[in-house]
Amino acid sequence: MRDELRVPVSRDADIVTARQLGRELAAKAGFAGSDLTLIATAISEVARNIISYAEAGEIRLGLASKDGYPGLFVVAQDHGPGIPDIDLAMQDGFSTGKSLGLGLPGARRLMDEFEIVSVPGKGTTITMHKWRR
Amino acid sequence: MPVPILKQGQILIASIQAALTDHDLIQLKDELADQVGRFRSRGVIIDVTALDVLDSFATRTLRGIAATAQLRGAQTVVVGIQPDVAIAIVQLGLTLQGVATALDLEEGLQLLRRPPNRNRTS
Repeated sequence: MRDELRVPVSRDADIVTARQLGRELAAKAGFAGSDLTLIATAISEVARNIISYAEAGEIRLGLASKDGYPGLFVVAQDHGPGIPDIDLAMQDGFSTGKSLGLGLPGARRLMDEFEIVSVPGKGTTITMHKWRR
Repeated sequence: MPVPILKQGQILIASIQAALTDHDLIQLKDELADQVGRFRSRGVIIDVTALDVLDSFATRTLRGIAATAQLRGAQTVVVGIQPDVAIAIVQLGLTLQGVATALDLEEGLQLLRRPPNRNRTS
């Protein structure tokens, strides 16, 4: 069982809390410089996605490793309406009207790995990783 | 936390002190649109030196503030974007196109105090 931080997300102030905790954890994991900002910004985008489309959910943050490289994972989970067409949602500029539609594709570019699982009517889980090089 | 807005002659300076929620940002936009009219300001400086993240919402709101102020007769300059924040904005695929920027407050003031016919718009 890996240690993880859980941040409930239901108000806009929670977006700030989640990204600040993410930045602290990333610093502990040995990330430095612009990586810290990239990670915090990606967390901000997925947290806002929860509030915009699902109203409430949770961000989980923790340390990870892969092939001997240390890193960080971020999971953003909600039980909202889900995303009917993920390929469409991941296109720059696509939005159902509450944003410019740059949040999720932007977050993917900031991290090393990005995966979305979404079931219409059940919710969405986004898992992101950043590895230290 | 609301952002303090200082008035210096015909220029308003919004000096962001700490991380802003979406609500704080929208409040800043409303407050600046109001004060530009009330004080007949010709310029607005938004100092973001203290911000360690400018995500898609914040970037979009800054563009909105600049566009709103412009319609009210004032030019906006965003100053103090940190290098890591600039890198993240570009990687997100965003720009501050149409918004003047300067390295710091001093440069921002210089930009606004130029004679109007020599103002460069980005």
